[in-house]
Amino acid sequence: MPRVVLVTGAAGQFGSRLAAALSNDPNVERVIAVDLRAPEADLGGADFIRIDIRSAVLGKVLADAAVDTVVHAGVLSTRASVGNRSAMKEINVIGSLQLLAAVQATPSVQRLVVKSTGSVYGCGPSDPALFTESDQPDSPPLGGWARDCVEVEGYVAAFARRRPDVGIATLRFAHAIGPTVQTGMTHYFRLPVIPIVLGRDPRLQFLHEDDLLSALHRAAIADFTGTYNIAGAGAITLLQAAGLIGRPVLPVPAPLFGPVLGVLHQAGVDFSGQEVEYLAYGRMLDTSAAERSWGFIPKYSTRAAFDAYVHGAVEVAGATLDSTAAREADHG
Amino acid sequence: MADAKIIPLPVPPMPASNDFASFLQRRLAGDYEVDDFGFDAELTERVFLPAFRTLYRDWFRVEVSGAEHLPVDGGALIVANHSGTIAIDALMTQVAVHDSSGRFLRTLGADFVFRMPFLSEVARRGGTTLACNADAERLLKAGELVGVWPEGYKGVGKPYSQRYRLQRFGRGGFVSAALRTGVPLIPCSIVGAEEAYPMLGNSKLLARLIGAPYFPLTPTFPWLGPLGLIPLRSKWLIRFGEPIYPADLAVDADDTMAVLDLTDSVREQIQATLYELLAQRAASPR
Repeated sequence: MPRVVLVTGAAGQFGSRLAAALSNDPNVERVIAVDLRAPEADLGGADFIRIDIRSAVLGKVLADAAVDTVVHAGVLSTRASVGNRSAMKEINVIGSLQLLAAVQATPSVQRLVVKSTGSVYGCGPSDPALFTESDQPDSPPLGGWARDCVEVEGYVAAFARRRPDVGIATLRFAHAIGPTVQTGMTHYFRLPVIPIVLGRDPRLQFLHEDDLLSALHRAAIADFTGTYNIAGAGAITLLQAAGLIGRPVLPVPAPLFGPVLGVLHQAGVDFSGQEVEYLAYGRMLDTSAAERSWGFIPKYSTRAAFDAYVHGAVEVAGATLDSTAAREADHG
Repeated sequence: MADAKIIPLPVPPMPASNDFASFLQRRLAGDYEVDDFGFDAELTERVFLPAFRTLYRDWFRVEVSGAEHLPVDGGALIVANHSGTIAIDALMTQVAVHDSSGRFLRTLGADFVFRMPFLSEVARRGGTTLACNADAERLLKAGELVGVWPEGYKGVGKPYSQRYRLQRFGRGGFVSAALRTGVPLIPCSIVGAEEAYPMLGNSKLLARLIGAPYFPLTPTFPWLGPLGLIPLRSKWLIRFGEPIYPADLAVDADDTMAVLDLTDSVREQIQATLYELLAQRAASPR
């Protein structure tokens, strides 16, 4: 059981909720939450320290507090908070590298949990119906958040060789959805007319935000190791999702789909991963390994998670499409 | 013939019009289910199969034999010959399996299918997934009836002059999938598809233009435009052979030589049955 947990990305939607939840966990003595930005949300009993994980201060924090567990939830999925893609990549890739270097130099750390994404498998027409953790991507992600996560997982693998005594759990999550989480995907489904790729109706898989959080929480206090897919059971198709949220679709020929999504950036549809491909080919994760090895079964199926998003998002969607306003509504 | 028998089928009642309206409304509201592979049982049962069944009964007059070899439950891999320019034989086999056993046939399709818009989605809803070992084994382990046409393009896109001559059966991937999951292999011989769209020529230039593996030239296509897509009215016979149980063979899925031998013997069995069925068809009045 961990005594002192350090959570990166504490100003993020999941980092802040995780820090608060861990601080209420009687198993955990102390939670140190770090981020570049001050969190807007309440971190509960966690101690917030505003630092850049790329700075040397991090190593000092780790050593002084005798941190034993590090949860790396600081890989940004959108550029919204930092302005542009190159800053985002810098924080994600260089930040993770520096974090792992600092952890490597801190003997007290015995456990590392990494929040990754199922997008590391990429997506394309020659993919298997479901990806298992050992599958190599057939169409690997070439840019954006998904690519950053591929690189971060590579650094983690190198770290594992250098610190074999540290237990590592890497969680590859499906797209998070739910009543409060704000992502490019949640804004996409809130558009008055949903653009889709002409002739495509991909299988989509979602994970309820509460399930994502409980998976991270479990991983932080348990002692299993390895890489695990985490996703709600079952699939829904894109047309089915549009039907469930009651929005009309606009089929767009494939070559124009990327540019159309680019224009929608203003409406908060910040797709920096491989979502253009995802909305053409879809992707499903095989989640049986997490169930077998540490008994994790998400409470919400993909369909139930999407329903929770649809019903929880009604007021927000009715009010406005603007992402900032939506975020305020979320916190207010 | 000895093993032919007619099984009376419970014909699903045609949905009444208000029933159909509520079906449509539910579909539009997204209130339906697809499985992990994208298969939509309701859509297949109510839309796809009835559409194919018309062609199956009234146009091709398909006669099925050996239906008793289809297992009532549990996984099995149906291995069939491929022909007919477009994979219409797979659709007819789906109807044959469904109407003789009440079970859905999950088919394995070439990656070309999943690159094409529209086609890829219709294929997935109808129960097709990518022909790869991972998907085949996953379906077989789940106890599904899986159909595979191991000749692939080589079979479906071969010229009319080579009709009923089986092509190479891939690399035996389907055999190792069956061995690994311990399910029986059921050879399936299909006669009739070769004459539905007799492929007289192949335009490599047009194929390259649309990104297809081949572009068929038949007596009617593309000369008659969309009318050329109507298949010729050939008489079809489909026979399911005796299951081959992997437990009886004691073949190791990793023993490449043994897997290739077994692949060849399945292929020869189908080829022999094809000649038998052709003789039977020639002897009986159409």
